[in-house]
Amino acid sequence: MLKALIFDIKRYAIHDGPGIRTSIFFKGCPLRCWWCHNPEGQEFYPEMMYYESRCIICGTCVEVCPQKAVSIVNEKVVTNRQLCDNCGICVEHCPTGAREMAGKWYTIQELLEEIEKDRPFYDESGGGVTVSGGEPLMQHEFVVRFLEELKCKGIHTAVDTSGYASKEVMKEVCRFTDLFLYDLKIMDPKKHLLYTEVRNDLILSNLKLLDDLGARIWVRFPLIPGVNDDEASIRAMGEFVSTFRNVEQLNVLPYHPLGVSKAERLDKTQKKFEQPSQQLINKVVGLLEEYDLLVRVGG
Amino acid sequence: MVTILTGLNRRISKLREQSLRTPYIDPERATLITQFYKSDQARGLSPPVLRAMAFKYYLENKTIGIEDGELIVGEKGRGPRAVPTYPEQCLHSLEDLENLNSMKDNPYIVKDEVKKIYEEKIIPFWKNKDMRSMIFRNMPEAWMKAFKAGVFTEFMEQRAMGHAIMDDKIYKMGLLDFKRKVQERRREIDWLDDPEAWEKDQELLAMEITIDAMINFANRYADLAKRMADEEVDPKRKKELEQIDEVCSWVPAHAPRNFWEALQMYWFIHLGVTSETNVWDSFNPGRIDLWWYPFYKKDLEEGRLTREQAKELLACLWIKIHNQPAPPKVGVTKEQSNTYQDFSTPNLGGVDEYGRPVANELSDLILEVEDELRIMMPNLCIQISEKTPDWLLLKALRIIATGHPKPSIFNTDVIIMEHLRQSKTLKDARLGGPSGCVTIGAFGKETVGLTGYMNWTKILEITLNNGFDPRTRMKVGIETGDPREFKSFEELFEVYKKQLKYFINLKIIGNNIIERLYAKYIPQPFLSLLIDDCIEKGKDYNNGGPRYNTSYIQGTGLGTITDSLVAIKYHIFDRRTFNMNTLLKALSSNFEGEYELLRQILWNKTPKYGNDDDYADEIAIKLVDIYVKLLDGKPNTRGGVYRANLLPTTVHIYFGKVVGATPDGRKASEPVSEGVSPVQGADRKGPTAVIKSVAKWDHVKTGGTLLNMKFSPQTLKTEEDVRKLAHLIRAFFKLGGHHIQFNVVSADTLREAQEEPEKYRNLLVRVAGYSDFFVAIGKDLQDEIISRMEHESI
Repeated sequence: MLKALIFDIKRYAIHDGPGIRTSIFFKGCPLRCWWCHNPEGQEFYPEMMYYESRCIICGTCVEVCPQKAVSIVNEKVVTNRQLCDNCGICVEHCPTGAREMAGKWYTIQELLEEIEKDRPFYDESGGGVTVSGGEPLMQHEFVVRFLEELKCKGIHTAVDTSGYASKEVMKEVCRFTDLFLYDLKIMDPKKHLLYTEVRNDLILSNLKLLDDLGARIWVRFPLIPGVNDDEASIRAMGEFVSTFRNVEQLNVLPYHPLGVSKAERLDKTQKKFEQPSQQLINKVVGLLEEYDLLVRVGG
Repeated sequence: MVTILTGLNRRISKLREQSLRTPYIDPERATLITQFYKSDQARGLSPPVLRAMAFKYYLENKTIGIEDGELIVGEKGRGPRAVPTYPEQCLHSLEDLENLNSMKDNPYIVKDEVKKIYEEKIIPFWKNKDMRSMIFRNMPEAWMKAFKAGVFTEFMEQRAMGHAIMDDKIYKMGLLDFKRKVQERRREIDWLDDPEAWEKDQELLAMEITIDAMINFANRYADLAKRMADEEVDPKRKKELEQIDEVCSWVPAHAPRNFWEALQMYWFIHLGVTSETNVWDSFNPGRIDLWWYPFYKKDLEEGRLTREQAKELLACLWIKIHNQPAPPKVGVTKEQSNTYQDFSTPNLGGVDEYGRPVANELSDLILEVEDELRIMMPNLCIQISEKTPDWLLLKALRIIATGHPKPSIFNTDVIIMEHLRQSKTLKDARLGGPSGCVTIGAFGKETVGLTGYMNWTKILEITLNNGFDPRTRMKVGIETGDPREFKSFEELFEVYKKQLKYFINLKIIGNNIIERLYAKYIPQPFLSLLIDDCIEKGKDYNNGGPRYNTSYIQGTGLGTITDSLVAIKYHIFDRRTFNMNTLLKALSSNFEGEYELLRQILWNKTPKYGNDDDYADEIAIKLVDIYVKLLDGKPNTRGGVYRANLLPTTVHIYFGKVVGATPDGRKASEPVSEGVSPVQGADRKGPTAVIKSVAKWDHVKTGGTLLNMKFSPQTLKTEEDVRKLAHLIRAFFKLGGHHIQFNVVSADTLREAQEEPEKYRNLLVRVAGYSDFFVAIGKDLQDEIISRMEHESI
């Protein structure tokens, strides 16, 4: 049976499109953005996350690990990620919830059951479901069928995507999507490659494709100081986005170091950027507004 | 009408500032009442006439004053923040008075002279004669044991039945009209065939005495205003004082003719009710934007009043209500509801008698007053029907989003169904609403007798100990068997039900006695006058006079008891993770040492109420269902019946203190869950999941439930966020929820306020059905609020 790997389901998502929504986070992403705020969404396999603050160092994980990957060193629980195969046995036994699994397989039916729970809130608020990630279109076969089911049920659908997918996939997804939340990070191709590890030509052309198809689009622009906050970058962004007929608004998403602590839970490190000042945010908004765009801060 | 002067800010700020001072004990009422009871006048009178004469004596002789700048006049004590006491109901000991001075939260100033008066005059006369001593003397031994163990509390041990709410009759009839009605009724008494003729006549006579007393009291204010006007040099203030003279010469004797008089009318009535007996100020004007609107509209149309003037009058009334902390509570009652007042709750919104939504310029103006004044009383609430326009809800939510904990929000449509289920008329249902904190009342027609909280979690502890209470080391409950022998969860549940039934019945037995003591010794003729159908029946408010006579026992700790039973079902009977013996050992050791791991599993790896998880929520449904079945419809002694309601005030702190460790992973003495909210921190799936869980059981079968949600300010930054919150509330109400309230502050702000209370004296938080200053509520409750769920949406 067709299944998708999901790392989070967030109810009462109020910043991922119109109304009250449930956001489904699909695991796996082709991009490796330095500032990624969902680092647990990057790999396309379940991963064990360790919340040190919840841990009481009881040693249960050390005992149960079949790979002998966990040990206590200097009164700290250490997981050898080379040995760990993310089997989840420690997660099951951990009494405090300090060890959690990011990534669980769902069938369409199982996911729909979760979605149905908040139906009264979507109906009341004009909300619905947002498919997010990671990059949801990496699991496009599932996503398309899932979106189709949602449409059959009369639920509003939004897809939050990096745009890094084939044209065919884009076209297919577009059929069942009421709104795209389309991430544009950096206009400069070299910088894009450096900071995300992929080229941006496909992303830019896919936006045009969606626009031509008449899709409703909100562009999301993560504002990262030192990466894309210079005037030239902002103007390039404004100029590009203003060429589309169907981009309804541009959302500026100020950088937040949320990913740093999440990366630590995966025993990874993430660079911490500076948080944009209100002054910078105002300046960016002002610049973008020069291009006749409806600019909003936040999702 | 005289022009009310500009400078609203100066006048109102000054009165507001005065109202934020620490209250002080005012011995005048105790002294005067004692004098009266000792005097020859008091001899040979029937109880209602005795009470009426005492009331009259107090109003005739008490000190009165008009503060600089006041437009609405009258105080229960000698001035703003003066707190009269009611020794005939609850006699404060010297030790009580001593403690009041040193209380960190909700303190009262008690001067040495007050203690001296108490020592020399008040205590010698009332010792062992006050209602409180009388009640404890009359309670059965089993009742006293359960009370001491913390199975339930008793509201009536220190106060008269509160939760009376005014309707619109005082705007249509003056007290002289009431007097004619009473006299007419007296003439109709059938002295030949009615065996209660004399009792009825005495009650009605008492009502008449209170009417004269009240009119005379208002005249004292009129005279004072006149004298002050004569001496006033400032021409603007002089005019205001002349206007006060005119207003007080007219109301309450006659029905009000304009907005100012309507507000002053209510205020005199409020003072009368709260001076007569201590109802902890649980009295309020009810549906204000419905009943005051015609006065407002007419005055505006006829050019007698501007919007700004109306606002100033409203602000003056708001401050008056805030000026009146109720008499200090002592003992368990202080712990169960550690507040200055038990709550004056005016209603906005809702529907009128034809079911049309109420939302007008006055509703809007009142919200503006609330927003600008930011004081803890009155406990303003707003009723939202499906028909209520969005603007009213949004206006209220914008205030809440700034961190102000009022108004609380109620579901009119469900409230009407609750009333109808209690066999009230459609009209009375539509014109009613929440009374004190969340419990419904038919305004002007009902005694809503809240009698005490029931500690559901304690009852589980007693069940798991076969009727024995580990804390007091007494056999408190009935023997229902060794839980280690139970073969199934259903068996445990049945046994819990038996134990619950035993305590409900025990509580009712106590209530039956207390109700009769009140009916006999503390009739309330002035309040009875105001509540239909006391005059027609010739019966007192405390004795079945009102049209509806409901009694409540408030269930508390739904989250903790549900999660505890769920943990037992899940781990002991379904998964067999461990057995009952291990659990009992873990509980009795308070999860110390080796049992900490077990506690972690109970806390982290167990289904919990509040997550939209049917496994857990099914138990909550069953619990509410059995509580309602065991209590609902049982007769009280006033011709009415019992109903269930689920709310806590601050009792979840006290109830937590008396309960040992519980199977949900809660340690001994920690608070139990609050209202119908999930256990603090157990809800991990956000507000929609909480709402789904809470709406799964039937609110209509109760007379009120309380859901408290805490939001951090970042979730309510934009107008769009506020709109989404409005949708959340509308969806909750469609799903059948009764009430919801919000705290919008960050945990960090609260921690800072704990560190530096001085800087946060203005910070109000929603506690449970009411709001209070955060710095005033006590460290343990502060901690509890901080740990309560914080719904972040990043």
